[in-house]
Amino acid sequence: MSEELHRIRLSVNGVTREVELPARRLLSDALRHDLGLTGTHVGCEHGVCGACTVLVDGRPVRACLMFAVSAVDTEITTVEGLTREDGSLGPVQQAFAECHGLQCGFCTPGFLTTVTACLRENPHPSHDEAREMVAGNLCRCTGYQNIVKAVERAAELADPQHDDQHDDQHDDQQSDAPVEVQP
Amino acid sequence: MTTKLMGQKVQRTEDQRFLRGQGRYVDDVHAHPTTLHAAVLRSPHAHARIVDIDVSDVLDVEGVHVVWTYEDLGPLSPEMAEPLPLLIPHPDLTQGRTQYALARDEVNYVGEAVAFVVAEDRYIAEDALDRIQVTWEVLPAVVGIEASRAAEHLVHEDVPGNVGARSEQNTGDVEAALARAPHRLQLELDIERSACTPLEGRGTVARWDADTNRLQVWTSTQTSTGVRAAVAVKLGLDLGQVDVITPDVGGGFGVKVMHPWPEELLVPLAARLLGRTVKFTEDRREHFISSAHERGQVQHIDVGFDDEGRILGLDVMFWHDHGAYTPYGLIVPIITSTQLLGPYKPEVYRVVFESIYTNTVIVTPYRGAGRPQGCFAMERTMDKIAAYLGKDRTEVRAANFIQPDEFPFDQGLIFQDGRELEYDSGDYPASLEKLKRLIGWDEFPALREKMAAEGRTVGIGLACYVEGTGVGPYEGAHVHIETSGKVKVATGLTTQGQGHATVFAQLVADELGVRFEDVEVVTGDTRRMPYAVGTFASRAAVMSGSAIHLAAKRAKEKALRIAADALEVDEADLEIVDGVVQVKGSPSTRLDLGTVAVLSNPLRYAFDEASKAATQFAVGDPGKPPVAEDDEPGLEGKDFYSPQRATFASGMHAAIVETDPDTAEVTILHYAVVHDCGHLINPMIVEGQIHGGVAQGIGGALYERMAYDSSGQLLNASFMDFLMPYVTEIPDGIDIDHLETPSPLNPLGIKGAGEAGVIPVSAVVAAAIEDAEGFPITAMPISPSDLHTLRQEHTS
Repeated sequence: MSEELHRIRLSVNGVTREVELPARRLLSDALRHDLGLTGTHVGCEHGVCGACTVLVDGRPVRACLMFAVSAVDTEITTVEGLTREDGSLGPVQQAFAECHGLQCGFCTPGFLTTVTACLRENPHPSHDEAREMVAGNLCRCTGYQNIVKAVERAAELADPQHDDQHDDQHDDQQSDAPVEVQP
Repeated sequence: MTTKLMGQKVQRTEDQRFLRGQGRYVDDVHAHPTTLHAAVLRSPHAHARIVDIDVSDVLDVEGVHVVWTYEDLGPLSPEMAEPLPLLIPHPDLTQGRTQYALARDEVNYVGEAVAFVVAEDRYIAEDALDRIQVTWEVLPAVVGIEASRAAEHLVHEDVPGNVGARSEQNTGDVEAALARAPHRLQLELDIERSACTPLEGRGTVARWDADTNRLQVWTSTQTSTGVRAAVAVKLGLDLGQVDVITPDVGGGFGVKVMHPWPEELLVPLAARLLGRTVKFTEDRREHFISSAHERGQVQHIDVGFDDEGRILGLDVMFWHDHGAYTPYGLIVPIITSTQLLGPYKPEVYRVVFESIYTNTVIVTPYRGAGRPQGCFAMERTMDKIAAYLGKDRTEVRAANFIQPDEFPFDQGLIFQDGRELEYDSGDYPASLEKLKRLIGWDEFPALREKMAAEGRTVGIGLACYVEGTGVGPYEGAHVHIETSGKVKVATGLTTQGQGHATVFAQLVADELGVRFEDVEVVTGDTRRMPYAVGTFASRAAVMSGSAIHLAAKRAKEKALRIAADALEVDEADLEIVDGVVQVKGSPSTRLDLGTVAVLSNPLRYAFDEASKAATQFAVGDPGKPPVAEDDEPGLEGKDFYSPQRATFASGMHAAIVETDPDTAEVTILHYAVVHDCGHLINPMIVEGQIHGGVAQGIGGALYERMAYDSSGQLLNASFMDFLMPYVTEIPDGIDIDHLETPSPLNPLGIKGAGEAGVIPVSAVVAAAIEDAEGFPITAMPISPSDLHTLRQEHTS
């Protein structure tokens, strides 16, 4: 009893990869185990926790609820694709670091991809809209309030109006902001 | 000058990996197509005898390498055929029982491991499980504390009354104290089962290296050294042949302190047999039915007090549901029984508990570990006394507080570590004052009136707790200054999101006088630090933090000694600033720490620039051996910290809740925390721990319960049905204030902070709902339908 394999192409983070997979292979497993992109995490495998969220043609999708073969002819973005070309953190990633929006880091990729997509759609969320943006993802560590703070900070960082001067003002207002000691 | 980092909100270094998708959790290790994958057949019955298992169809599945049942284990390793260890024996645990790695003859909970398959991938392994034919003789299941106490059926035939342990502690004649008390009350208080539920379940990867005759195991644990010892014993290997590495862990909260899980033995055994890397990654349903739960307890309280509400006698009896087996001993009920007293000093206290068997999954500590139940019992008692006397709830508490000048305070009990329950420091009246201000306690009646005018019902509640943190016996640390000047630090306990790489680096940078970014911390790798205990009981900062501080001090002493010799100055005149040893007040006389590291090793190969520079110094007496008798080469410091007893963090929480008159929905409008964990290493991380703890507490208070039916099936074993809080269930902002009463027990004056947030939440929320609704709340969690039912009972 051997399984029929399908040779397919997956376009992930701008790179096209060819893989041979059975039809039942989940997109999350294909990304992690066949392509070695382990940043996408699997927390529940039934679409509730959101840790496996990736962007498919720019929209957030639970990679554990999609077969890899059905992702052919799409553009997939995983957490690995959120980092800038020069290796520096993208605005959403940077905001999570500044606001202590993660602890164990396991659910974090799903939050980062989700927030990235939401901010593209609504770059200036109100506080309630910022909460709404992360309301479909589970986190067991942080208690969410720093995640919401990170969404608001990410909106500031991604804003084309945002500049260093504005950043300084921000730091002044938030006197208890974390000390910037980077590795 | 180097800025002192202790007490500063330093951004976390580990985040850089996590945010780029470069975290390394166990399932990320060997994530490639050549790795084999394991799956476990689990019992579908809560209580049944195995009449027969037929695996003959399984090996026909293409891609299957191994299928094992209990019968297969003994021939592979005799120790594997023995029951799993009872990790923490206790003289009161007279009827301790543990399961086998794969069930032998009988199963005692739904989810118990029955057979084990290894295949090319997890899909094929699961296909194979479907082909295993088990013939069962189903036995009556014992589910819940009531059924267990009734003992109509027994979980284990040879355990009478389903009672695994009966334990008692007392500080005097409680009956006499109760008899002479002017007032007396009784309460029944129940807490339901819940579970840690980290987003990453359990996982183990193992690789046998035939060339070096060694086993490497990666596992998502809170105790690498514990797993290492268990694997060595069960596989018949020397400890020195086994390395256990705990990479990033996606949350633990207690469930991963249990060891060894069956898969932590079966996976290495398969890896050795097959000569291939083997991986097991638990799925979510498996986590619900086969990883540990906690919290299920029924508590009876009898209390006697005077007109001020001062407790003269407190008599507590409780029943603890420990599930089908007792691998973790009596730790949870012992903690409830000893930590129930919180910041109070009743004149006489007696506590008796029975730890009882049920046909449900095992119980091990979950964040807070028995304290949420104890706090619920004590604080509901305080509220009931206040209501009875018509006094303010804060006044009754204040009347019972241990006073700041009474520390160290001996409660007259034996704590979980086998030591006296002696509180090291605290200031409970100061905490209460801060909390009243933070929540607006005195202004609340006006708020209630205003809300009532709008047709809204609100209530306020508070609860206090003390938490024994930083229990021993020890942790160790190794600090190595490389010739590059970079500092490599290793400690053996593990990390699961608490920011250890950051806080420990802060401590090293401060003590050693090096740049924070030059310090790298490794945790949970037995190759780097083979002696360690683990990350639980809010002990990491106290235990490893202290050990790292001491080890850094030793490395510094050695650096100064060598530098003093090289620079021909007195050690006392030297300081280290930004990684440079220099003469105080004359910084031009200096030596890089990297150069000192080269000098510490009299091997004179000029590998690099630092080595070349070092050769210009002649260190030591040419008439003596290059390495003195009492010295060793290398610039390293190693030390262990072992405390006399636990530290005692404390805190107080308060909340204002609103209850919906129609839907009975409970909304938390305002939540406030006053927290004392001694000196803070990184306030940002401490506050993050509080946020997370409070969120878990809210889950336990309002949403999370393990819904077993009477046959022992868990009806809500998925995230669709087990309600964990999303952001929508958590109040928008928690007010936090800190109090710092330093611990005299360790060099940094710190206490643990990991569990604090979760402990009093059920007590606080129950008190606030009771205040809003005007009838007693005695069982948690409380759902809208529970509250609706209570309303009907109290109006009829």
